[in-house]
Amino acid sequence: MSRLFAAIMASLLALPPAMAATAPAKAPTKLKVGDVAPQFSRRDLQGQIFDLKAQRGKLVLIDFWASWCPPCIIAIPHLGKLQKQYGGRGFQVVGISMDDSVDTTRETMQDIAFQYPVVLGDARFGNLYGGVLGLPLQMLVGADGRILAIWSGELSPTILDKAVAAAIKKPG
Amino acid sequence: MRLAALIAFLSALLLAPLGASAASGDALTIPATVQMQPAELAAMLKSENPPTILQVGFHVLYEQAHIPDAVYAGPGNKEDGLLNLKTQVDALPRDKLVVIYCGCCPWEKCPNIAAAYNQMTTMGFTKVKVLYLASNFGEDWADKGYPVTRGG
Repeated sequence: MSRLFAAIMASLLALPPAMAATAPAKAPTKLKVGDVAPQFSRRDLQGQIFDLKAQRGKLVLIDFWASWCPPCIIAIPHLGKLQKQYGGRGFQVVGISMDDSVDTTRETMQDIAFQYPVVLGDARFGNLYGGVLGLPLQMLVGADGRILAIWSGELSPTILDKAVAAAIKKPG
Repeated sequence: MRLAALIAFLSALLLAPLGASAASGDALTIPATVQMQPAELAAMLKSENPPTILQVGFHVLYEQAHIPDAVYAGPGNKEDGLLNLKTQVDALPRDKLVVIYCGCCPWEKCPNIAAAYNQMTTMGFTKVKVLYLASNFGEDWADKGYPVTRGG
């Protein structure tokens, strides 16, 4: 009996990734302000490991973007400016590329200088964050790891600036 | 100097989409008469003869969620994506009702939908409808409770 169980488990574990990707998935939980930002740790495209948990104590802006998304591309220099301005005060931007191909992201990164780490996302990552079903999408995560703000669609730099400045000033 | 280079890059990005890209056109050029509201399509899904539905955007979005029975036929901003679209619809009668949608980003910024619509009309399809998603697929379809299929 245990051998049968072991055989079944072994065959399940041996399923190719493509099958896992096509299996029907349950609806992801939609994130809201106050939720803990889901943990992730991935090697960024600059070669370092980006671990969200290691950012505790910092204010983190998670920027979901893609090379095909004009408003996302336009926002990148401003995010870089914020990183430079507040990086020394515990602020960290991380870009999550939702491009279909890493090559596309790398091409864009050759054209635009990113002042912050960029991680390649995918459908699984999108589901982890409640479903990334349109861009731009940005989330501001507080020092305690909880989501302070979620912005879907084009975001005015003024609104972002105010939110970051206010959260940076906040004690604790 | 760097600012000038950046502006030139963004202009190039917006006006002549990336190297291998197809001429994506502008969603604002799609006639209002062929646009379809989400509620209208949702109602059609329950009918006996639902239309053929094609997602002409990006695969990472399709894989997370798409309209039930929608076929992936994108992305419309790339030559190979338009070829994919052509392959998917080539065998269909030209008077078949076909609905295309994207919803990758705000309607007026979408790099796919106009190119896909132009491809369909160029191929001679006479009953092409374009799903109007003002903000994106998440906000205008999934979050409204309309049905989705996940995976693929």
